[in-house]
Amino acid sequence: MKISLNWLKDYVDITADAKTIADVLTATGTKAEGFEELSEGIKNIVVGTILSTDRHPDADRLTVCQVDVGAGEPIQIITAATNVFPGAVVPVCLDGAVLADGTKIKKGKLRGLPSNGMFCSIEELGLTVNDIPYAPEDGILIIKEECHNGQDIKEVLMMTDHTVDFELTFNRPDCLGLIGIARETAASFDLPLKLKAPEYKVSPDAGKVEDYISVDIRNTTLCPRYSAAVVRNVKIEPSPLWLRARLRAAGVRPINNIVDITNYVMLEYGQPMHAFDYNYITSKKIVVRNAAKGESITTLDGNEHALTEDMLCIADGEKPVALAGIMGGLNSEILDSTTTVVFESANFDRSNIRHTSRACALRTESSGRFEKGLPACNTVPALKRALELVCLLGCGEVAEGIIDICNADIGERRIPFEPERVNTLLGLSLSAEEMEKMLLPLEMRVEGNELIVPPFRSDMERTADVAEEIARLYGFDKIPSTLYRGAAADGGYSKAQIFRADLKAAAVAYGFYEIATYSFISPKAYDRIGMAADDPRRESIKLINPLGEDTSVMRTTALPSMLDAVAYNRNRKAEEIALFECATVYFPAEGGLSTEEKQLVLAMSGKGDFYDLKGYVEGILDAVNVKEYKCSSAVECGFHPGICATLTKGKKVLGVMGQIHPAVMGEYGLAKDTYAAILNVNALLESAVSEKQFKRLPAFPALTRDLALVMDDAIEAGAVVESIKKSGGKALESVKIFDVYKGAGVAEGKKSVAYSLVFRLPDKTMNDETADKAVANILKVLEAESGITLRS
Amino acid sequence: MKKQLEEILVAAKAAVAAAEDEGTLKATQVAYLGKKGALTAILRGMGGLSAEERPIIGALANEVRGEIEAAIEEKLSAVKAAELEKRLQNEKVDVTLPAKAKKPGRLHPLSQVEKELSDIFVGMGFSIAEGPEVELAYNNFDALNAPADHPSRDFQDTFYITPEVLLRTQTSPVQIRAMQGKQPPIRIISPGRVYRCDEVDGTHSPMFHQLEGLLVDKDVSLGDLKGTLEQFAKLYFGENTRTRFRPHNFPFTEPSAEVDVSCFVCGGKGCRLCKGEGWIEILGAGMVHPHVLENCGIDPNVYSGFAFGVGLERVVMIKYGIEDMRYLYENDLRFLSQF
Repeated sequence: MKISLNWLKDYVDITADAKTIADVLTATGTKAEGFEELSEGIKNIVVGTILSTDRHPDADRLTVCQVDVGAGEPIQIITAATNVFPGAVVPVCLDGAVLADGTKIKKGKLRGLPSNGMFCSIEELGLTVNDIPYAPEDGILIIKEECHNGQDIKEVLMMTDHTVDFELTFNRPDCLGLIGIARETAASFDLPLKLKAPEYKVSPDAGKVEDYISVDIRNTTLCPRYSAAVVRNVKIEPSPLWLRARLRAAGVRPINNIVDITNYVMLEYGQPMHAFDYNYITSKKIVVRNAAKGESITTLDGNEHALTEDMLCIADGEKPVALAGIMGGLNSEILDSTTTVVFESANFDRSNIRHTSRACALRTESSGRFEKGLPACNTVPALKRALELVCLLGCGEVAEGIIDICNADIGERRIPFEPERVNTLLGLSLSAEEMEKMLLPLEMRVEGNELIVPPFRSDMERTADVAEEIARLYGFDKIPSTLYRGAAADGGYSKAQIFRADLKAAAVAYGFYEIATYSFISPKAYDRIGMAADDPRRESIKLINPLGEDTSVMRTTALPSMLDAVAYNRNRKAEEIALFECATVYFPAEGGLSTEEKQLVLAMSGKGDFYDLKGYVEGILDAVNVKEYKCSSAVECGFHPGICATLTKGKKVLGVMGQIHPAVMGEYGLAKDTYAAILNVNALLESAVSEKQFKRLPAFPALTRDLALVMDDAIEAGAVVESIKKSGGKALESVKIFDVYKGAGVAEGKKSVAYSLVFRLPDKTMNDETADKAVANILKVLEAESGITLRS
Repeated sequence: MKKQLEEILVAAKAAVAAAEDEGTLKATQVAYLGKKGALTAILRGMGGLSAEERPIIGALANEVRGEIEAAIEEKLSAVKAAELEKRLQNEKVDVTLPAKAKKPGRLHPLSQVEKELSDIFVGMGFSIAEGPEVELAYNNFDALNAPADHPSRDFQDTFYITPEVLLRTQTSPVQIRAMQGKQPPIRIISPGRVYRCDEVDGTHSPMFHQLEGLLVDKDVSLGDLKGTLEQFAKLYFGENTRTRFRPHNFPFTEPSAEVDVSCFVCGGKGCRLCKGEGWIEILGAGMVHPHVLENCGIDPNVYSGFAFGVGLERVVMIKYGIEDMRYLYENDLRFLSQF
């Protein structure tokens, strides 16, 4: 909200510059977004009177003018403008002048004759016909204002002002008008607020407001207060320059005196107003009601809106004449022909205004204010201010009386005044008197142990609110910083948090880069990874109002997001891709809520194979002390059916890993083999060995036996390890696979797998005889169970 | 015989001197000192000497043997040193060739910053609280004192699952859960993902990260909040960092403040990062609103507390000079490998 400093000075005798005001008010809680000097760029343009005009001897379309610019000798200016004449008072850009758009004007020669500047139009001054209604749109401005030659044009047209742009917080609707800002300024600078009750003269001949109109509020919830007044014998014309200049500084377009008055009062009091042409109010009554089914209204901007029954409108005896609090109707617009005006100053329910404004896609200065919840106490003062301006401008006769139907609480309120509690909350030790003195400029006064709060401060409810007023006026920066010295709390990371950090650190150590992907995905992602139609993981939490289908369901697997990231990098020619994410997945639970779990998803592409991935996964699990789990082949959506394994420990599934299915790779446009693992973080945490126990180092040497075993291709080498362990006896310390061979010397459909067996006894040296016996037993069992034989 | 011995010594020394490698030296040793060597042959002939001559010649022979042995030994160590030197020369590698081992990866910058901030607050005695991202509207709004018609509740701003369930728009509902579950003292921070209906652009994302803190106990003051955040700012942005509190308004705190830190690039003089202001807005904070305490069953007349929040994306972006938020979710390795 832009505040004109010229205007602000009506209410506070402030001498500080815009920057200081912006800084000080920001420090006391009214945040300034910026400040500017209006028409700052315009330079060296002055008033001049044209003394003579002569045709240019060498150019039919140019006129040679002698101009008095108040500098003794007249200067010569050559112009192509056609609306200049001797005696015309015009803006003259002298040599070195700068126009509103930054154009620099220099003296020069036009068709051989010197020209010492130029005349300018309102557009070149950055103005429009709304600002200077008598000015031609094309052509030189012929100035009608009181002025003298050589006077700065900015002064003459009241273009010299500064504005500060404030960003107001939700809790301070009372600051949506200049007076509210003035009150904050006065309090912040310790200056008096010069607020006076509006005064206006009633025209005895104009009769009473009740003679003209009646008001009926049918919905007092949506319209707690409606105030109205009538002005007759209105003469519609442009507002005076000073008023237009202030509207312009605030960023509001001047229209005509009556409309400008409503806008001026809104900017000043924060109370939106509306003016109806009385002649178009059928049955002489104003009815505030919900729109009837099928009703519509064409608003002042020319757009027609179909109304619904939840929308509040201002109607006359027959039809809506305004969309309450948002915009007036075209049917009762103030026109040049208007003679009698009804001023409305009302209070409306903020959510209803917001919903109607949204539904009609119509936001106005008025609706924007009502949406923030305006105090109802302001309607009558604002109305009176409008009538005062009518009298000041002499643009009509005010009928006696004001209609005011009020169902709102507009009185002062009392809240507890607890200086001790305020001091405790702030860490200060101010006296009650000091606080009282600080609150007074905000029109809050202390009575006993109560604080009397003005009606426009609906945000003041309890002691915390008083503490805020004290804190901001005392100065946040002056409040001494202390450190909380409470009892030692149970701070630190939880076991699960440390575990996750360890997992991530291990993934990083193995060369994986962490990614961050959205938690919501497209439901089509499940199709893309080949998830079965009846897979329960397709049941995802759905957003009612997603931004788009791509982000419409909460993922139950983070694999699609991971494959997107791999594809993204592949498309950017990354050679070697290794990514991971400790991703949250979301499963539907009761009442629309979710069960949220963490998945550690790893993917690699471009280098390495399944066994590399397996090694990284095993390494990561080892790093977090997950041991003695089982790895077995599995079929899982998204993965190659022959290159996929699950890791289990007991009944717990720790995760799945494998090569991405060629069809899925095609779906994601992955040209090179890609491998992924999805690990269940919670299952890992539960499987991790938290207690570590030292094991004595072996005292006696071991014996090693290497066996090359021939078996059917279909037999898993890992399963054989388990058989060997079972049948190897107590002395068998470890079994390792060190080679797999197929080809010459091994029958078709068979493979030879080489195992290295280590035997050791705890109490004596292992001897060959014992080892040979153990091996013989192993071979016997293997042959009996699976037809596995020693390779000859 | 004496002459013979002297001749052997001279010949042996010459042979040792001429030897260039270990093999030749060994052969020389055998040729002179071996069982069939020249010196051995002489000693065998000592039987023909007189009793007077025998000890003299014997001593001389031993002397010669010793000298030859010493010569061989000396030469041998010289040859070995030379050979080692030669081997080392041959084994020289080009150290500028690329390494073979795989480089470690990196944590995402958001994770790194989350950890850095968390570590600081853990050091101050805070613990890390977590809560669901799919959250009750009550915990996300009502309990946090957001008015029923606050615009942030609109469909335009918040993602809904049902009218009562939503994707949390802030991590503050974790504070509600913490306070509902426990009487003070409470000292937590809650980092995590939050969601708002913003289309993706350079400064917006429908999903982003916050880290919020909450401390509730008896006699906790705004001064404590200032002290805590000032200490945090110094620890994170540097010892000379200054902090500025500007009054603001949030529904769940009263009084509320926005917190700026002096620009850590220019130190407050004004630069591109701080847009010439010398300050960078970094945190929102305030004293927990008494309504919020009441909503969680904590008596605001006995307890008070402060809360603060920071956007992790914002910290990441200003810390690393990233001008477009989209980089954080594109997961481009060329981006990720920079941190």
